[in-house]
Amino acid sequence: MKRVLQLMLPAVGVGLALLAWWAASVKVPDLPSPLRTWEESKVYVLEPLAKRGETDQGIVLLAYYSLVRVAQGFLLGIAIGTPVGFLFGVSPLVTRMFDPLMQVMRPISPLAWLPLGLILFQKSEPAALFAIAVCSMWPTIINTMVGVRAIPQDYWNVAKVLRLSPTTTFLKIILPATLPYMFTGYRLSLGIAWLVIVASEMLTGTPGVGGFLWQEYNSLIYAHILLAIITIGVIGFVLDRLMGLAEARLRAV
Amino acid sequence: MAYIDVSGVSKSFPPRHVLRNVSLSVERGGFVSIVGAMGSGKTTLLGILAGLVPADSGAVLVGGEPVREVRHDTAFVFQNYSLLPWFSALENVRLAIAAALPDTARPAQVDMARLALEQVGLGNAVDRRPGQLSGGMRQRVAIARAFATKPQILFLDEPFGALDALTRETLQQDLMRLCSAADRPVTTVMVTNSVDEAILLSDQIVPMLGGAPATLGRPIEVPLPRPRSTTQLAYDENAAQVRAHVIATLTEAIGGRTRRAPGTRVETRGAIALAAEKSP
Repeated sequence: MKRVLQLMLPAVGVGLALLAWWAASVKVPDLPSPLRTWEESKVYVLEPLAKRGETDQGIVLLAYYSLVRVAQGFLLGIAIGTPVGFLFGVSPLVTRMFDPLMQVMRPISPLAWLPLGLILFQKSEPAALFAIAVCSMWPTIINTMVGVRAIPQDYWNVAKVLRLSPTTTFLKIILPATLPYMFTGYRLSLGIAWLVIVASEMLTGTPGVGGFLWQEYNSLIYAHILLAIITIGVIGFVLDRLMGLAEARLRAV
Repeated sequence: MAYIDVSGVSKSFPPRHVLRNVSLSVERGGFVSIVGAMGSGKTTLLGILAGLVPADSGAVLVGGEPVREVRHDTAFVFQNYSLLPWFSALENVRLAIAAALPDTARPAQVDMARLALEQVGLGNAVDRRPGQLSGGMRQRVAIARAFATKPQILFLDEPFGALDALTRETLQQDLMRLCSAADRPVTTVMVTNSVDEAILLSDQIVPMLGGAPATLGRPIEVPLPRPRSTTQLAYDENAAQVRAHVIATLTEAIGGRTRRAPGTRVETRGAIALAAEKSP
């Protein structure tokens, strides 16, 4: 009985949210109700792989374009962020040199990086990757750095007593000890990358969930905007959960 | 000159002055225990002897050479085991062997590690990770790791401090067996807060006196034949004398301190509790 209730409660929450949505749609004539949203956008969901035009495609296909772009930008971000984090972790000197710069760059919005990317690369696709990489690497840098600093003195003593070489110390002690922290960083970085993708697609008009959202807003088809919003949320949630699982496995060691 | 020769070593972790003018000599193949209350600087001293921590002043010589970093023929057993939790017991031991004998082929390293674990009775648990082992078993792995590389010098930092009395006793027996079975003399320096443990294992006991800064008292010989056992020592006249001598030295130092500095109450209580706990 209690289990059933536990499973019911999230459904009740969703129901209440739908009710609020419906109530808002009654007040605001431009906002489609949940039912109208479904009727007007079901073709995207029911034919998820259909390709009718540049932005007029099935929702899975659109999400796929966005995910590929996110994956590229995210991998670029952590490929830069992880070594930088290790460097910051082991060298107080380097940290002191770059910390102020990092603190200033960290709060800059993706919307601000994107035009710079466009100037640098002249094309929208690399500019989007640039914005994703720059915005998403901070949590990886910071968590990797914290992870290296959190290595207990005991492990450093083991390295000294066994006279491990720097390479062995890195592979057998520093890396495994830092791995759970790194993955916390990766999870946060992926979350940010997903936030950035929507913004950058909106600004550059490239096909994807964000591009679709902006296109449909300009075409005054508001139901499709809601579909895009829900899709963005669900995918972001699934990504976070997957990274969370990977992280939990590492912490279990 | 003695094999390990420490003269005039001082160490501060500002603002704390931990060690003052410490001198110690250990003969080759000898087993010396440094006994003192918790927090008196024993671990720091051991770290200095091993080359883990640099001294502020004074000299540490092993075989006539100054110690600057951890020597290749030195092994260390830490109080909190210090095993790497992401590796199996076997891999923890193999890592030490691989570092000491990099030219040995990997299968041979694995065999050596397995043998070292069998010698401490862990032949069945080689694939388990430290998290799946009890405290006693973990310390066995740590001891196996220390002996696996056939060290000349062994440093033990409260090796059994975190174990229950029964486990502690079997591990002490194992340690005595390993020390005497080694085909060449192992020179051992152990730090402990247990007077009985020191009597059981050592040739000499050096009391650590005071604290902040601490210094070493005069060495006390342990003239008891080997092999020794805890039960036998409990009724032995000579053992009782040594015990009384060590405890008297430790408490006397505290008495002197209290007369001079009435502000050291907490330390006094701690050390007397230590002495009372260990007296029969």
